[in-house]
Amino acid sequence: MERFLVAVEIHLKPAALDPQGQAVAAALRSLGHDGVRDVRVGKHLLLQLEAEDASAAEAEAEKMCASLLANPVMETHRIAVTAVRPARRRSRAPGPQAEPAR
Amino acid sequence: MRAAVIVFPGSNCDADAAWAWEQATGGPAVRIWHDTADLGGAEVAILPGGFAYGDYLRCGALCRFSPAMQAVVAAAGRGLPVLGICNGFQILCEAGLLPGVLGRNAHLRFVCTTATVRVDQPATAWTSACAPGQRLRLPIAHGEGRYWLAAEELAALRQRGGVVFRYCDASGEAAAEANPNGSLDQIAGVCNPEGNVVGLMPHPERAVDALLGGTDGRVLLQSVLRWSTRAHAGAAARG
Repeated sequence: MERFLVAVEIHLKPAALDPQGQAVAAALRSLGHDGVRDVRVGKHLLLQLEAEDASAAEAEAEKMCASLLANPVMETHRIAVTAVRPARRRSRAPGPQAEPAR
Repeated sequence: MRAAVIVFPGSNCDADAAWAWEQATGGPAVRIWHDTADLGGAEVAILPGGFAYGDYLRCGALCRFSPAMQAVVAAAGRGLPVLGICNGFQILCEAGLLPGVLGRNAHLRFVCTTATVRVDQPATAWTSACAPGQRLRLPIAHGEGRYWLAAEELAALRQRGGVVFRYCDASGEAAAEANPNGSLDQIAGVCNPEGNVVGLMPHPERAVDALLGGTDGRVLLQSVLRWSTRAHAGAAARG
C-alpha cells in the first residue's frame, strides 16, 4: 500500500446561486478591486489515503464524493491525487564535529 | 397513534415536536436517539429542527448514516408517514427521500419570523385535512432554507404535484415578495411521489397553541390521522 494526498475541490454548480460568493465579490469591490466580476466560494478537502496505486486512490475518492463529500444536486467536484513520499532520512547525521567552531 | 421523534446530536426542536404531537393528536410521542435502529413501534416519524451533527459538511449530510435514519428510510419505503421540519427537511433531502436541496438564504441572513404558506398539495399524509389553497401562518427560523433543484428536476417535481407548500402573501398569491429566503418558485415544502414523506422549512410544531401565537400547525399533525385511517381502510379493502 502507498500513501496518497487526495485533494478534493467542491463547488456549487454554475447554475446554482452562490450568495456567499456574491457577498465576497461585493466586499472586494468596496475595497477598490473594481475588476472583480464574480466570486464562487467552494470547499477544499485534503485526505491522506492509503491505496494500491494512484488510480485506486482516485476511484475511492470518487466514491466518497458520490456518497458523502459532495451533494450532486447542487455541487460539482474535482479530485487530484499525488503520492506522498516517505520522509527521507538524513544521510549524514550531524556529529560532534559538525558543531560550529566557536 | 404513536409518533417517533428522531433525536440527533444537535437537534433542538425534538421536545417541541413531541409535545405538539401529543397536543394535536392525543397520541403518544417517543423520542428516539439517533444510534438506535428501532423506531419503537411508531406509526409515524418526525425529524425535528435543529443543527444535527453540527450541520458539519452540509446541513443534514451526516444524518443519513445513523441507524435511526436508516430505519426511517426503510420504513418510509414501506409507506410510513414521515415529516421533516426545518433541519429535518434538509435531512430528508440529503437522505434522498425528497428531491432538491436547501441552500444558504439568498440574503445570507438568518430569518426568524412568521410566514404565510399556501397548501398546494392536499393529497399527502401531512396535508390530507387541508383544503387546497388553504393558507397557514407558521413560524420560520433558518439560515439555509432556500430550496433549489435543477430546472428539469423542478419541472418534473411540479408535473407530479410534488410541491406541497409555497410562501404566499395575505391574499394567497405566491409572490416573490412573500418569499423569505429566495427559494425557487416560492417553494416552502415538498413531498415524495407516494405522499407519505413531506418536508417543510416552517415549524408547524411551534403553532399548536393559541397562547403561543397560533394553531395553524395542528392541521398538519392531524392530517396524518386521516391519512392512516384511509391507508388502513385501503389495506382492508384490498385484503
